Amino acid sequence: MSCCAPGAEMALDVAGAASVLPSSQEIKLASRSLGGDLYQTDLSVPAVHCAACIRAIETALGKLDRVEGARVNLSTKRVSVRWRGDEVPPFVATLGRLGYDAHLFEPEAYGKDKTLSELIRAVAVAGFAAGNIMLLSVSVWSGAAGATRDLFHWVSALIAIPALAFAGGIFFRSAWNALRHGRMNMDVPIAVGVSLAYAMSLYETINHGDHAYFDASVSLLFFLLIGRTLDHVMRERARTAVKGLSQLAARGAMVLRGDGAHDYLPVGEIEPGMQLLIAAGERIPVDGKIIRGSSDLDCSLVSGESTPRTVASGEAVQAGILNLTGPLTVQATAAAKDSFLEEMVRLMEAAEGGRAHYRRIADRVSALYAPVVHLAAFVTFAGWMAATGDWHRAMTIAIAVLIITCPCALGLAVPIVQVVAARRLFESGIMVKDGSAMERLAAIDTAVFDKTGTLTLGQPHLVNAPSIKPAMLAIAADMAAHSRHPFSRAIAGFAGFAGQPKLESVSEHPGFGIEATAAGSTWRLGRRGWAGWRARTGGEGKHGYGGTVLTKDGIIVASFVFEDALRADARAAIVQLNDARVSMEMLSGDTAAACADVAKALGIDRFVPVLVPSGKVECIEALARAGHKVLMVGDGLNDTPALSAAHVSIAPATAADIGRNAADFVFLRESLLAVPLALDVSRKAGRLIRQNIAIAIVYNTIAVPIAILGHVTPLIAAIAMSASSLLVIGNALRLQGFVLAEVTGAPSATRAGIRASVQPS
Amino acid sequence: MTTLVYLIPAALFLGALGLSGFLWALRSGQYEDLHGAAERILIDRDDKPER
Repeated sequence: MSCCAPGAEMALDVAGAASVLPSSQEIKLASRSLGGDLYQTDLSVPAVHCAACIRAIETALGKLDRVEGARVNLSTKRVSVRWRGDEVPPFVATLGRLGYDAHLFEPEAYGKDKTLSELIRAVAVAGFAAGNIMLLSVSVWSGAAGATRDLFHWVSALIAIPALAFAGGIFFRSAWNALRHGRMNMDVPIAVGVSLAYAMSLYETINHGDHAYFDASVSLLFFLLIGRTLDHVMRERARTAVKGLSQLAARGAMVLRGDGAHDYLPVGEIEPGMQLLIAAGERIPVDGKIIRGSSDLDCSLVSGESTPRTVASGEAVQAGILNLTGPLTVQATAAAKDSFLEEMVRLMEAAEGGRAHYRRIADRVSALYAPVVHLAAFVTFAGWMAATGDWHRAMTIAIAVLIITCPCALGLAVPIVQVVAARRLFESGIMVKDGSAMERLAAIDTAVFDKTGTLTLGQPHLVNAPSIKPAMLAIAADMAAHSRHPFSRAIAGFAGFAGQPKLESVSEHPGFGIEATAAGSTWRLGRRGWAGWRARTGGEGKHGYGGTVLTKDGIIVASFVFEDALRADARAAIVQLNDARVSMEMLSGDTAAACADVAKALGIDRFVPVLVPSGKVECIEALARAGHKVLMVGDGLNDTPALSAAHVSIAPATAADIGRNAADFVFLRESLLAVPLALDVSRKAGRLIRQNIAIAIVYNTIAVPIAILGHVTPLIAAIAMSASSLLVIGNALRLQGFVLAEVTGAPSATRAGIRASVQPS
Repeated sequence: MTTLVYLIPAALFLGALGLSGFLWALRSGQYEDLHGAAERILIDRDDKPER
C-alpha cells in the first residue's frame, strides 16, 4: 500500500469495494479501441493525490499481464490504461488492493477540451503580437519620426495581421453569428472597433500619418481573450470534476438467457421480460419485479427513505436502487427508456424552464452597452463632420471613441471576479458549474432542503454505543465487517477491542442478518425475531422493542439503536442562513414523523413530508410564483427535477449522478456549511462585479468626452485602457482577502483534518 | 536606421520562436496535467524518457 492511501479503515473498504467492482464486461463496454487489439480504459480514481500514488499505481498496473501502460493524470484524477487482448486485465481489482477506489467514466467525457486549447493559442498569439507592437509603438511615442516611424508602423501592421486573423477570429465569428440572428452581444462592438481601428491605422500608415492604432486593436484582443479564457477554464474545470465523481447509474446488467447462458448487456438493450441477475452491491438498471431471491435494498436514492427495505420475490423494484445483501433475479418490466430514472430525466428537462431565461449580468450590460457605444461614435463622427467638414479628422476621432469605449474592463470584470470566487469555493470543497450560478445564488431569498442525504447523511448511525458492553460491540463489529448493509457498516466502525473470540464461519442471510460461530457458540447479528430464536421476542425485556440485536446461542446480549445522523454543521449552517435573511423550508419523501424530528432538531419551521418528485417541483414552482428566488439543496434521484426547477441548486458530492449534473454547485465535504459559504462568496462576488461594472462606466464617462473632443492620441488610449483593466483586476482580487478573513472555525478544521490524513506515514 | 533592418527581424524571429515553442508544448499535451508534472519529478525512475 502506498504512503497515503486511506488508512485504518482500509481492510473494510477493500472488502466493500471488491463486491462492487465493475464486471469485466462492463469495463469492456466502456473501453475504446485504439486499433488492432489495443484498448484504452479511462478510470476515475478520486483518491490519487501525490507522487507516491502515481508511482504505486503506474508500476502496479504496468506489471499486469497484457497491460501496455498506465498513465495517471493528477489534475483530473484519472488513470488511463492501455491493454491488449480480449480478456480485461484485472486493473480495477489491483487498484482496489492498493487502496484506491476506481470508477468507470462516461464515454462522452473523453476527449480533450478543444475550445480551451484554441483560446490559449489565441491568447499566446495575441500576447506575442501585442508585446511586439507595443515595443514599436513606444519608440514612436518617444519621438521616432519620418521614415523610421513609417517603418515601425508597417512592421506593426504586418504583425497585427495574423493576430487579428487568428485571435480576433473568435470575436468575429461570434459577432457575425449574433448579427445574423438579429441579436447584439459584447463581441459586436469589439469586432467593429478592432477592424475599424486596423483599417484606419493602415490608411494612416500608407499616408505617412502621425498616429496608428495597431497597438490598441491588438492589446484589446489580448485583454479580452484573457477574460474569455478564464471564464472558460472555470466552467470546464468544475464540469470535468463533477463528471469524474463516482457513477451511480448502472451501465448494464447480466442477462439470463432462456438456455441458461449469461450475457452482459448495456442498459439500452435490456427489454421488458428479460431476466436479470443482480449481485449484492449492484444497482438495479431498469424497473422490474423480483422473481427469485431475497435481499435488503437501499432505496435512498429513489425515494429518500433512509432505512433499507427488505424485499422478497414478487415485489417491484425501480431503476437506481442499490441491492445490498443477497443476489436477486429480476424480471424487467420496462425498457430503460421507460424506467423511473428516465422519468426523472424527463421531469428535469420539463422543469428546467425556470432557469433558461436567466441572462448573465455581462450579457444584460452588453445589450445596453453596445448600441450606446456605436451611437456615441456615430454622433461624434456626424458632429465633427458638420463642424469641420474634414471627414478624415471626423473618422479618426470617431474611431478613437470606439476604441476607448471598447469593453476591455467590462470583458475582464465579470470573469475575473467569478474565477477568483470559484477558486475560493474550490479550495473549500465547493465546485461551481458556471458563473451565472453565482449570480443566481446571490439573488436568493428562500432555501429549500431535502432531508435524507442532505440535512442528514443518509446513513444510519449507531446512537447507543456507550451503553453496549465493549466486548459485545467488538464481536458485533467483527461480524458486521462482512456485510455491506448500512447498519453493519455503522457497527463495523466500532471495531478495535482486542479481547473478542475469533470468528470461524461467517454467513450472511439476506433480509435477516449475519451468522457466525466463535469459541463454540453461535452468534447472530440481525433482526430480533431471527437472531433471538430462544428469547421471547414479543418486544418485552430490558432491551426494548424490535430492531437489530446481537445474540449468543439465541439469547439476546446486545441491541442496537440507529438513527440517521445529521450532516455535520447542519445546525450551524441553518443559523448562518437565517442570519443571511434566507427563509427555509424542508421537502422530503420521508414520513412526517421522521421529518418533524429533523426539523425540530435544526429549527426549521416549515416542512412538507411524503412528497413524490413532481410534488417537490410543484412546491418550488409555487414559491417561484409567489415571487421568491429559490435555492434547492438536495441529493437524491427524486430531488433531481426539483434541482432543475429551482432558481439555483446545490447538491452534495454523494448525490445521484444526474442530480449532480442538474445542480449548479456541488460540495465535496460533509459539512453543510458549504451552503452559507457559497451564498456568502456569491453575494460578495456579485457586489464586486457590480463595483467593477461601475468602475468601467465611470472610466467611460471620463474618457469618452475627452475622446469626443478629439484629444485622444494612441498613447492616451493605451494608458487609459490598461489602467481600467488593472483597476478591475485589482478590485476582483480583493475577494481573496474578504473571504479568507471570514472563513474560520469548521472549514479550516476540515482542511486541517484533510491535511493530516494526507501526511505520509 | 540600418541596424533596425536586421534588429527588428531578429527580435521578431526570436519572439516567434518562443511562441512556436509554446504552441508546440500546448499541442503535445504538456499542459494537461500540471499538478502531476510537479509531483512526478519526485519519482525515481530509470534515466530513460517515457514512451
